[in-house]
Amino acid sequence: MRLNLRVWRQQNPDTPGAMVTYEVDGISRDMSFLEMLDTLNEDLILRGEDPVAFDHDCREGICGACSLVINGDAHGPERTTTCQLHMRSFADGDTIDVEPWRAAAFPVVKDLVVDRGAFDRIIQAGGYITAPTGSAPEAHATAVPKADADSAFEHAECIGCGACVAACPNGSAMLFTSAKVNHLNVLPQGSPERETRVLDMVAAMDDEGFGGCTLTGECATACPKGIPMPSIAAMNREWLRAVRKHGGS
Amino acid sequence: MSTDYAHYATGEPIADTKAPEGPIAERWDRRRFEAKLVNPANRRKHTIIVVGTGLAGGAAGATLAEQGYHVVQFCFSDSPRRAHSIAAQGGINAAKNYRNDGDSVHRLFYDTVKGGDFRARESNVHRLAQISVEIIDQCVAQGVPFAREYGGLLDTRSFGGVQVSRTFYARGQTGQQLLLGAYQALSRQIAAGNVEMHARTEMLDLITVDGVARGIVARDLVTGKISTHYADAVVLASGGYGNVFYLSTNAMNSNATAVWRAHRRGAYFANPCFTQIHPTCIPRTGEHQSKLTLMSESLRNDGRIWVPKAQGDTRPAAEIPEDERDYYLERIYPSFGNLVPRDIASRAAKNVCDEGRGVGPGGQGVYLDFADAIRRMGRDKVAEKYGNLFEMYERITAENPYEVPMRIYPAVHYTMGGLWVDYDLQTTVPGLFAIGEANFSDHGANRLGASALMQGLGDGYFVLPSTINDYLARHPHRTAVDDGHPEAAAAVREVRACLAKLLAVDGDRTPDSFHREIGELMWEYCGMSRTEEGLRKALARIPEIREEFWRRIKVPGRGEEFNQSLEKANRIVDYLELAELMCLDALHRAESCGGHFREESQTPDGEAARRDEEFGYAAAWEYRGTGAAPVLHKEDLVFEYVHPTQRSYA
Amino acid sequence: MALATRTGRRPSTTRTLWDSTVGKKSVMAVSGLIMLGYLVVHMLGNLKIFFGADEFNGYAHWLRTLGSPFLHHEWALWIVRVVLLAAVAGHAVSAYQLSRRDIKARPVKYAHKRRRASYATRTMRWGGIILALFIVWHLLDLTTLTVNERAWAGHPYQNVLATFSTWYGNTIYIVAMAAVGLHVRHGFWSAAQTLGAGNARRDRTLKFLANALALVLFAGFVSVPVAVMTGVVS
Repeated sequence: MRLNLRVWRQQNPDTPGAMVTYEVDGISRDMSFLEMLDTLNEDLILRGEDPVAFDHDCREGICGACSLVINGDAHGPERTTTCQLHMRSFADGDTIDVEPWRAAAFPVVKDLVVDRGAFDRIIQAGGYITAPTGSAPEAHATAVPKADADSAFEHAECIGCGACVAACPNGSAMLFTSAKVNHLNVLPQGSPERETRVLDMVAAMDDEGFGGCTLTGECATACPKGIPMPSIAAMNREWLRAVRKHGGS
Repeated sequence: MSTDYAHYATGEPIADTKAPEGPIAERWDRRRFEAKLVNPANRRKHTIIVVGTGLAGGAAGATLAEQGYHVVQFCFSDSPRRAHSIAAQGGINAAKNYRNDGDSVHRLFYDTVKGGDFRARESNVHRLAQISVEIIDQCVAQGVPFAREYGGLLDTRSFGGVQVSRTFYARGQTGQQLLLGAYQALSRQIAAGNVEMHARTEMLDLITVDGVARGIVARDLVTGKISTHYADAVVLASGGYGNVFYLSTNAMNSNATAVWRAHRRGAYFANPCFTQIHPTCIPRTGEHQSKLTLMSESLRNDGRIWVPKAQGDTRPAAEIPEDERDYYLERIYPSFGNLVPRDIASRAAKNVCDEGRGVGPGGQGVYLDFADAIRRMGRDKVAEKYGNLFEMYERITAENPYEVPMRIYPAVHYTMGGLWVDYDLQTTVPGLFAIGEANFSDHGANRLGASALMQGLGDGYFVLPSTINDYLARHPHRTAVDDGHPEAAAAVREVRACLAKLLAVDGDRTPDSFHREIGELMWEYCGMSRTEEGLRKALARIPEIREEFWRRIKVPGRGEEFNQSLEKANRIVDYLELAELMCLDALHRAESCGGHFREESQTPDGEAARRDEEFGYAAAWEYRGTGAAPVLHKEDLVFEYVHPTQRSYA
Repeated sequence: MALATRTGRRPSTTRTLWDSTVGKKSVMAVSGLIMLGYLVVHMLGNLKIFFGADEFNGYAHWLRTLGSPFLHHEWALWIVRVVLLAAVAGHAVSAYQLSRRDIKARPVKYAHKRRRASYATRTMRWGGIILALFIVWHLLDLTTLTVNERAWAGHPYQNVLATFSTWYGNTIYIVAMAAVGLHVRHGFWSAAQTLGAGNARRDRTLKFLANALALVLFAGFVSVPVAVMTGVVS
């Protein structure tokens, strides 16, 4: 395959960037999208140019490092992560636009790499259960109804890649935040911190400069792990409940 | 040069002096009681550096901070949540005996020692089995959503051919869920100000003062700035070194730099040749392949493995009649069939491919066929059991495993070797600890399925936080070290010099081309089966590659910026030395055991032959310079509770 | 021991609501639902026009005496007006502030443009502005009678006929009602999510309700100008 790539190049956060066109040839349909970029980078290095920087690590769709907007879609046309997207999803001669996640809360570090530290800070605000090592009761002391355990798991699948924010026209982190809130709040172990968790995490989310939710549903469509849209409504419910119980206390 | 390197000297034996004597079941309690404690009020005055945020590092960082220590932690990813522990699929073992199926701490201990082919230390393994129970409690309390039964209690399954159901799991994403639990605990401590987290920062050297670990040199991967960090103890939780093979199931950025540079500073490296090769991975599709993807071993429960009987048979699988197929595992191992242990399945696949009977591109693959299972159980039943694995396979290969047989091939998956540590998980450098896959301690020559997660979390949550107290209590008032100290300044100078040299060569080969070359060499000669001749060839070749590397490497850009090529090249510098030690270790260990198969040492029917009399020890290597012969220190392994027996699967 | 504790006093409920994007959004949801309820009643009242001038004008008069003798003349009406004004203000201020924030949160657009979300979702902001302008015109036209061609106080039937006898009156009204339909279609479902009433099981019902409300409101309101234009009401 021969492809025209238009890639966002930006030396560092302080210099302006631009879309730069590259032609790549000899691309196999079996390559992953990132292997295609590896090929481009090998060429660039040998030509003495700066290779394209992009985040990636496990390349099996679970670490959440890879983060490209491909032809306007976060993680490209398939519902998966960029590392699991293969070139057979494209046609010979295609022009492909590759851009970084765009959001004020995710500033560009270099080229296609952005800083997603804001997500870590949202988790730090309350995305945990206070259970110091050694203090745990016997695992079977509290039974968890299977439906609750399954619901917790469904939300816990979030890989923190940031596709939801990248796809949202408002750069909102509601789906990410709601996934963690719902994972922990549905479990009996998470219930003592149920109200403070949601209040603190939503406050942290707002502090990081993410936009508000207008329920466009773009986030859930882009999510490679299928975190469902009703997750947001469930978090709103938790939040309003917490405000009633804890406001002004 | 290579002959020089292979002429290693044997130094003083090394012994684990920390494990107490006495009945094995009481040793851990005794060690904890005998260990000195640090007064809680004094803990905040102690700084501990933790490198890595996987299961071991994340758990250790969180726990040490909870205890009141000041923790300074590092990871090369943009977030501590991305460590490669996240990719573990299968589950985590624990001797809970919830199934009432005869499991116990002693049985888990026994299975692990036996699974490690009698090259692990009994005391350590028993402690691990004891702690396994607490790990599950801890993780449940943190909100890890393990699979549950309808009654709301935890579900378990049997894993890797073990006869008891002791594996706890969270669908196929157990590693992810456990890691997020540790990450969340760590996040809580970061928010509380007890952990100072440095993401996108890579450790490039260890700072030792008078032979004691006192800090690290690190590089900020965004700005390229070199910084120094000082502490009372340094903990390496930086994972395994499987990426020396270039293609492995490890993450792209997993690397050996932290452990290797610690080795260069005096930490012995133990059993480097013990690598685990997993039989059910998706084969490579071509030169461009950047990594390999593992599929759960459970597929072998219902899939049948075969290759064509004839060499070079390129017909599609469906056109090969039944009597022209060779179900080689069922033929060679009639009683175990397709369920033989990982190393045997892997080696058998390699053998048939070497005979020219492999399938798929490059002939590097064997069929894993579900046609019989679909006929027997029905397509729906197969989909229910393996649906998500089939989906993953189809996404990567664009082949539908319901219609055509899967193709699989073994791939490097885990490294049992690592920095030598004593019972306290302390390396031979005082104040330097190694936990998780970075150390060598618990798995011997082979690791059981679902035991890596157990060891990582066991080390991080329970072992290290207990044992490190003793070290800190016995070395309470260290003089402060700063950049002005000659040994610190020397370490920084060396780091800078190495990076500057990489940038200055301006040759004509990319970092990846060298990585691929050393990886292919290792796979060929230090992979699934090893021979003296092959290993000698590799030992002759590695110094040549190293020499060429320093002549022809091309790293664009500058050091003081975000430079992924520089990161890669700098890691390859270490692979080029580590590979040599792995080959030497494999060469010196003229026996077959666990993941290490020496063709010269097999039984008449072609099985691995262990030689306990000569090799019943852990080999700890002392660094003596690049390309210089290392010194071997043997730790004799004593088996008081589990008596060595030869495996048999025929 | 250095364990994380959260002891800080929390701000008041009002502060928490108003300072948070989720809170502001719930202000929008509640105020939106108040206005939606008003619209449904308003639309039903409008349909009285089909029963002739006396009934319609009588209804308008009754609205002014509602609650009498407990409430003074027009007090009920003023109470409704005040609630509505508060709802409009809360809705508009929240919308304005949230929109400003949303635009700031996504300062750089993608070079590769692609159509996103449904039409109703994408037109919420413009639709809201159109509706705000329409309300101003609508009040000047039929409440204060400032711009009404007939401007006969106490005779809304005749004033309505006058409005819908002009081309621009019809155009403005029908365009605005289309905007109402679109706004309600996304707004109702969205409010349900914001207030936490949405879940996977209920989603189809909520979407159906939203569509039904949008359609009924549009059809009910637009039936009046259509009837005037076609001479059914004269």
